[in-house]
Amino acid sequence: MTDNASPWNERARFELARFERPSAISFLGYALGLVVIFWCLAGVGFSVEKVASAPPRFADFAARAFPPNLDPQVLSRLGWKMVETLQIAFAGAVIGVILSVPVALLAAKGLIAGPWVNQIVRTGLSFIRAVPDIAWALVFVVAVGLGPFAGMLAIVIDTIGFCGRFFADDMEATDKGPAESLTATGARKLDVVACATIPGSLPAFISTSLFALEKAVRSSTILGLVGAGGIGIELKVGFDLFDYPTAMTVILMIAVVVIGIELVSGWARTKIIGEQR
Amino acid sequence: MRDTLSSTISSVTDLLLKRQAAPDVLTEQTGAAFAPVSPVEIEARAVSKTFGATPIFSDVSFRLARGEATALVGANGTGKSTLLRCLMGLIPTSTGSVHLLGQQTDEATGRQMRNMRAQVGLVSQKHNLVPRLSVLSNVLHGLLGKHPGIRHWSHSLAPQSSRETAIQALERVGLADFAHRRADRLSGGQSQRVAIARAIVGAPKILFADEPCASLDPSAGEDVMELFFRLVRDENVTVVFTSHNIEHALKYGDRVLGLAQGRIQLDATAASLSSADLRGLYD
Repeated sequence: MTDNASPWNERARFELARFERPSAISFLGYALGLVVIFWCLAGVGFSVEKVASAPPRFADFAARAFPPNLDPQVLSRLGWKMVETLQIAFAGAVIGVILSVPVALLAAKGLIAGPWVNQIVRTGLSFIRAVPDIAWALVFVVAVGLGPFAGMLAIVIDTIGFCGRFFADDMEATDKGPAESLTATGARKLDVVACATIPGSLPAFISTSLFALEKAVRSSTILGLVGAGGIGIELKVGFDLFDYPTAMTVILMIAVVVIGIELVSGWARTKIIGEQR
Repeated sequence: MRDTLSSTISSVTDLLLKRQAAPDVLTEQTGAAFAPVSPVEIEARAVSKTFGATPIFSDVSFRLARGEATALVGANGTGKSTLLRCLMGLIPTSTGSVHLLGQQTDEATGRQMRNMRAQVGLVSQKHNLVPRLSVLSNVLHGLLGKHPGIRHWSHSLAPQSSRETAIQALERVGLADFAHRRADRLSGGQSQRVAIARAIVGAPKILFADEPCASLDPSAGEDVMELFFRLVRDENVTVVFTSHNIEHALKYGDRVLGLAQGRIQLDATAASLSSADLRGLYD
């Protein structure tokens, strides 16, 4: 038996495959990653003492917040605020999704616009996404005044930033065959997009739109913190006035609604997209 | 096999040298009989195509007359589909020029190109139907070259005359009863027949077919080829089709163009060729 065929070598072959020595550059990368993590922790004032002292304070808050405020008048007021929150989310998401389609057509490469237009629109969409929804709400509060309309506009813009990009990506990735067949018969670009590209991307559009709706519902619950309507203002007032039972009621209502929307959205996604073979 | 190919090429070259063709008309031997003088509908002049630094084919020249069915054969990677796309102007040639219905494709404006393509149909290897739309809507899309705009986007919006034209096209492929069925609920053979209906609904002068039965089982493939050529023969349509099936090339083609080593190595009437001649292209 030769050395190469020895049982030790057989074992060593598998052991070596399991552990691979990192290259010098990889090692430096890992080390740099660790340094960055510690730098960030130092920057946020990470403190084990504070973490250790948090549970008693949290227990104190919980004791003062429970039971939640279930007074019928309070529940009625919060219920209407939640309805307003959902109105902001639905109206904003639907308008945002509709406006995202033409924006995405301009952003998608090789459809109806040239590369310069694609790049400019994509940069615009990146800018929209880079600004948080709460900041857009502040901008629209200044522009149109306090209230749910400012919140809806913030959701519209936020949805365009999200759906515009993903719709464009979906259209770029869709099967090019049907589009080529229509192009070969002399169809215009707009006709090709309307008859082949958009129908081909529809399942992805529906999925993205449902995610946008979930995102809009989550966002709309906090827009009230800056005066842009919805139930968020009740949360802020509850904490400002140390009315923790009412604040807890708001938190539980938000949780129930957001989880409910996610469940309905997941069901709708499976139902609609699952029909396609 | 190489000898067979060489002798075929030399005999074909002789045949081509003897041909007396006027600049815009061809006298073709189609099958056993001589066809009347026909206008040239597709012409490739020294066409070459490269992708990056990779040459696909070079110096490809031929002229195809009206009503002629031409089989484009060759091994995988010889550029049959690419040549077909160059002929339709879907991708640009690297050098040389293509003349489609008397118009040079690389000099045509967008509008001229669309007008030219409105007289062309395409049947692809994969039927390329839009899955979520109805069969009728898919067939109506074949009229978009001649009738652009929203009214031909869907069967719900289409004018009655166009709906009737589309239904007639579906009747010709035997699928009128499936008009309102979703395209993704059809079998492979049915889908390809709908693709044929979409290609012929606009009464095109030229039909391109890129391996139209490659994704079908032999029986369904034979049915599709029979149907396709029965329909186009009735209308005197010029056909260019690619195929790996030698029997199909000889049975349905009037003329066979063979691509090998990046060049047209064979150009002959199907009647003058045997299966053995074509197999040489795959060595």
